[in-house]
Amino acid sequence: MKTNEIANENADQNPDRARIARFARRKQINRIALTLSLAAMLFGMFWLAWILWETLRLGLGSLSMAMLTQSTPPPNEPLGEGGLANAIMGSLLMVALATFVGAPIGILSGVYLAEYDPRGKLAMIIRFVNDLLLSAPSIIIGLFVYAVMVVRFKAFSGWAGAVALALIVIPVVIRTTENMLMLIPAGLREAAYALGAPKWKVITRITLTAARAGVLTGILLAVARISGETAPLLFTALNNQFWNFGLDGPTANLPVTILQFAMSPYENWQQLAWGGVFLITMAVLGLNILARVLSRKK
Amino acid sequence: MYAPLSSFPRRLLSDALADRLFGLLARLAALITLALLLGILLSLIVGAWPAIHQFGPGFLTHNAWDPVKEDFGGRVMIYGTLATSIIALAIAVPVSFGIALFLTELSPAWLKRPLGTAVELLAAVPSIVYGMWGLMVFGPVLARYVQQPMQSLLGDVPFLGALVSGPPVGIGILSAGIILSIMIIPFIASVMRDVFEVTPPLLKESAYGLGATTWEVIWKIVLPFTKTGVLGGIMLGLGRALGETMAVTFVIGNMNQLNSISLFEPANSITSALANEFAEAAPGLHQASLIYLGLVLFLITFVVLTFSRLLLMRLQKNEGMSV
Amino acid sequence: MTTMNAMNAMNATNDDPQQETALPIKIAVRDLNFYYGKFLALKQISLDIPEHCVTAFIGPSGCGKSTLLRTFNRMYELYPEQRATGSITLDGENLLASTQDIALIRARIGMVFQKPTPFPMSIFDNIAFGVKLFENLSRIDMEERVEWALKKAALWDEVKDKLPQSGASLSGGQQQRLCIARGVAIKPEVLLLDEPCSALDPISTARIEELIAEIKKDYTVIIVTHNMQQAARCSDYTAYMYLGELMEFGETEQMFLKPVRQETEDYITGRFG
Repeated sequence: MKTNEIANENADQNPDRARIARFARRKQINRIALTLSLAAMLFGMFWLAWILWETLRLGLGSLSMAMLTQSTPPPNEPLGEGGLANAIMGSLLMVALATFVGAPIGILSGVYLAEYDPRGKLAMIIRFVNDLLLSAPSIIIGLFVYAVMVVRFKAFSGWAGAVALALIVIPVVIRTTENMLMLIPAGLREAAYALGAPKWKVITRITLTAARAGVLTGILLAVARISGETAPLLFTALNNQFWNFGLDGPTANLPVTILQFAMSPYENWQQLAWGGVFLITMAVLGLNILARVLSRKK
Repeated sequence: MYAPLSSFPRRLLSDALADRLFGLLARLAALITLALLLGILLSLIVGAWPAIHQFGPGFLTHNAWDPVKEDFGGRVMIYGTLATSIIALAIAVPVSFGIALFLTELSPAWLKRPLGTAVELLAAVPSIVYGMWGLMVFGPVLARYVQQPMQSLLGDVPFLGALVSGPPVGIGILSAGIILSIMIIPFIASVMRDVFEVTPPLLKESAYGLGATTWEVIWKIVLPFTKTGVLGGIMLGLGRALGETMAVTFVIGNMNQLNSISLFEPANSITSALANEFAEAAPGLHQASLIYLGLVLFLITFVVLTFSRLLLMRLQKNEGMSV
Repeated sequence: MTTMNAMNAMNATNDDPQQETALPIKIAVRDLNFYYGKFLALKQISLDIPEHCVTAFIGPSGCGKSTLLRTFNRMYELYPEQRATGSITLDGENLLASTQDIALIRARIGMVFQKPTPFPMSIFDNIAFGVKLFENLSRIDMEERVEWALKKAALWDEVKDKLPQSGASLSGGQQQRLCIARGVAIKPEVLLLDEPCSALDPISTARIEELIAEIKKDYTVIIVTHNMQQAARCSDYTAYMYLGELMEFGETEQMFLKPVRQETEDYITGRFG
């Protein structure tokens, strides 16, 4: 072997054989590790498939027209009586309101971070705090809104629920808006400024327009996120057996209804809870997929 | 697609005004984020003040929860929150690592995208779904096929027997920990996959070029190279687990007890105590004590998430070159 | 090198380049085709790489010179859409058809890349990493080996006092020499250098070139470079490639003074490329 000519004194007399022997063991370790990795993938997928399967099976089984048209029943009604219509309505109202309030604030903040002060100290701090809020426990948001709204007005209300959800929308929208604006090539901005356009016009007509698919994606993701949020509604919107279009006073909503019904011993409630879980899962997955398709087109 | 020109001198003045207004508005919106953080902290401290004043820091370790005698301590809930999160991490970290390894190095090319998308979508599934499934489907299975066999196997063994004692209903710390782990696996796995993928191909090729196996490249090159990002991802998962409400509330049992170390005994966590009691708690010491718990949770997650963000930022800045 | 007269007589077409030569052949490439997906990136390459010489691959970007280099240690296998046909024999053993594990082949063929790639570990461990893959050395033996490799790469004097420091703390030129030391440490027979100086300043480049001249006593060196002066300065043989084909291959001196083909002359004299 040529290697021996350059070997120092300590080299193995037959490096090739030693290498092969050592290599056999390394290969064994490699094989075990990679098998474990495959096992981990299967393990993870197994749970997740199981959860989705049960949601589909039990959720589809409890779907009915009544679920979408009738309001929540008292306990121990016969199966198939009553529905979730008031809860679905309440959720839709609160989610819509939260989005209309939260999204513009989020977009404006994102604009500030990306266009006004991309490298400033204040922006750095805001970015950091925003990332914290993005994954802060949502039940804490509920506590906060309870303190500033429910205590102040001495009543649980759908308004408070919507505000709590809006506070969750803001960080999500800030994050995506800023990221999307950062992707806009500087040349586009400069070209607009070179024409003498004022900054606010450049932002609203050029950069935000160019980034609109991305910004919309962020809003969709935020809507998906709050559609399933339960914890912030527990002490803000609370829940309601009945219809409440006005949003003042406790307001029925899907997640808290699911929680209440699932924890109850009544079979008709439990079945409705599965129906509700199915609806929420489909809505959230649907919104996420839509957001993906949108951002991919871009 | 340029904006219409507005270069007439008489419009310049209004443009300047609009510019200032718009900038001010954007700045105000951005400041809401800061105000929100401070507002949360302040409102929690104010709300918890009666309890802070009454119990002081001893609240954290005091084992009592008696609304009648107005004697409160957070030990049971804090223990429950930490124990479930630790169990969740113990399961989720190795599994997520395996998944990330599979997605970056092993998966056939045509499977990479669908599997990666599936993992990301699962991170979006609302936690109430996990909680519901845990209560209705997983709990009974765990009781029947894990708890009962273990009780009959270990029932008489000291310590281990105590660890598995309790009513066989599949509710308690272990169930909550397992469900949390299933919930955070997609989070941690997708962060790990993302940071593994920022490893420069040349670095991996150099290691392969020396004759390293796939495992050696991952374990000795990619993992050290991305360790801050990996740790940041784990911390992010921990933050999620600590603050998660629904996945825990359904299955932990909501019993304010810490009489046995059993993993199958119903217990409580900060979030589930808040979820279950807060709306009905009488204003006064009971409510203040619950807010005190919320403050503790906020501070713990704040520290964990700050740490996580700092690590992830460091990775971005140095692209992993920090050793 | 004048005793080896065979190469310059070689014509650069795709005929089998079998001929008598004074030098033993280390690597023989025959009818090599390489595909990126459906794209044919190397067309019927055949050439012989002599042992203990420096062979340079030159040509305009995209000509396939790096691709060719990466077939020698089957690095392309990391990417599922890439494949090669034909044969590459190392000491008579066909690498492309080998049943031997690729990792063992790579232990015999070291590689250094365009950019320095220090591993995320100490300078010492950067070198020990590769050695440990194949040999079980005592601490003392390992220290000796690391020192030996660093001396070979002319880096020892600069780093001997900071072996526990991170490999990333070195300058670019030092990092690249660290990578060469790392490759040398496992005692390969062939060293592949893929534009090793493209990210370095002129002084570091000069040091690496000196180093190449020094180590060819012990190794068969193959270097890809886009810099013709570099090829002229430090190689014994040069292959000129264009659009995936081997246009001309011969002694460097000969090639630069009197290329056989017009295209080669145009490229070398800078008329195109």
